[in-house]
Amino acid sequence: MPPVADARAELEAVRLTALYGRRAVVKDVSLVFPTRTVTAMIGPSGCGKSTFLRCLNRMHELSEGGWATGKVLLDGQDIYTSGVDPVQLRRRIGMVFQRPTPFPTMTIYDNVAAGLRVNGRHPKREMDEIVEKALRQAALWEEVKDRLHASAIALSGGQQQRLCVARAVAPAPDVLLLDEPTASLDPGGTQRIEELCHELKARYTIVIVTHNLHQAARVSDYTAFFYLGDLVEVGRTQELFTKPTQERTEAYITGRFG
Amino acid sequence: MNIRQVRRNVMSAIMTGLVALLSGLAVLTLVLILGDLVAKGATALDWNFFTKNPVPAGESGGGVANAIVGTAIIVGLGSLIGLPVGIGTGLYLAEYGNGRLGWIVRFLADVMNGTPSIVIGIFAWTWLVKPMGQFTALAGALALAVLMIPMLARTTEEMVRLVPHALREAALALGYSRWRTSLRIVARTALAGIVTGCLVGVARIAGETAPLLFTALGNLNFSTSILHPMQTLSLQIYVYATGPFDEWHRLAWAAALVLMGLVLTLALGARWAIRQRHASGR
Repeated sequence: MPPVADARAELEAVRLTALYGRRAVVKDVSLVFPTRTVTAMIGPSGCGKSTFLRCLNRMHELSEGGWATGKVLLDGQDIYTSGVDPVQLRRRIGMVFQRPTPFPTMTIYDNVAAGLRVNGRHPKREMDEIVEKALRQAALWEEVKDRLHASAIALSGGQQQRLCVARAVAPAPDVLLLDEPTASLDPGGTQRIEELCHELKARYTIVIVTHNLHQAARVSDYTAFFYLGDLVEVGRTQELFTKPTQERTEAYITGRFG
Repeated sequence: MNIRQVRRNVMSAIMTGLVALLSGLAVLTLVLILGDLVAKGATALDWNFFTKNPVPAGESGGGVANAIVGTAIIVGLGSLIGLPVGIGTGLYLAEYGNGRLGWIVRFLADVMNGTPSIVIGIFAWTWLVKPMGQFTALAGALALAVLMIPMLARTTEEMVRLVPHALREAALALGYSRWRTSLRIVARTALAGIVTGCLVGVARIAGETAPLLFTALGNLNFSTSILHPMQTLSLQIYVYATGPFDEWHRLAWAAALVLMGLVLTLALGARWAIRQRHASGR
């Protein structure tokens, strides 16, 4: 059920079921992510929203026993057909995780450049420009421009997470997946990341998983509510939070369970 | 303070004292050995000791230059063979070793780790020395490599497994292939730990004697040919310490001191490598 009929769908899941062995944790979910919007996925722990997110760049199948059926269309092409190389695919989809994961052996510069270097060599000047642009997009440039060649783990947690955002956007992906990106950050760091969502959606299609309903309400255009592996309801964020059509959604957002 | 609190504090003090006593005992042994070694070995340490070859029994003077060079060659060659194989096996076990084959390799490595080194020596003799018809330094180096591989494989595996899973995922999500993730991200992050394991492994085989008795045999003359018998410090200590001459005993102490110094240097190197790792934050 596309929330807006006329919006171009950059990314679309069609009857996606994700399993661990024989246990389905995401059940027959179809969901459209319109281009250059932020879609938030909410729901209680274990509802399958993170697994669903990980199906969108084929990371789920790397987990022990993880596999999926159904389709995920990126620009109209199913990423689960046999001709698609998941390694190549992941270069088109950036991902940021719950905890900051800078590569500890690399400098700040090298961390940002890491995703580009797997794609082949770039002339140094071009690389310098891309790194600066990515760090600016992640709102980190001003803080690190004088120490680009210092170790990445010298940064604070919030800075590390923004570095991970820079690393994810440097290869110019089409889609950005954020898996509870502020779960380990303080309020200040959280605010920076949320502001980033607003700025980045001008360029990317963003999907964010969050436990924080206020965050979903603040950053997203669309919200999808998951419960026990089912997609219960999806709609414009404002409508979903003010006039949910499903009883379970209302119960969840008013804090009656989860 | 009530009675339970008092009891808890007394108990805590007793246990703290006990572990302090035990660790003092452990350190004391080491200090006594080192002290004795220095006291008895240092007197025989002179320029000749490092530059001259052994002289016939009964004559004084002479040194163990042949054994020092021999130790360097055999341990070097053994490490050259053992380090890559051991590290490679460890990487395999950590990154791909969750299946049946990994289980078998891990089990074999554990069994090999527990095998007395003299047994390895006997096998090296049966499989290398006997067919070649000759005791050789090469056979000694191979025996030491075999001794080193399972140890290194397990240490490397442990070190690589310490790398957070999240880091692996981050690299994969960035479009790194599996092998590239293993080498560029995981192995590099675990590098300090792996280097430490290597140094400890080298130190361990540098002191080995039993497997060399059946392979490198020992040599009274200076030899650098790996296809002939070769002397090492450990073999020299064995021969001199069990010999009847006071001069030999003196030299054995000195050789032991040199060997201990070598192992200590490697251990310090390992320490330093660990510190580097912590200095860089992980």
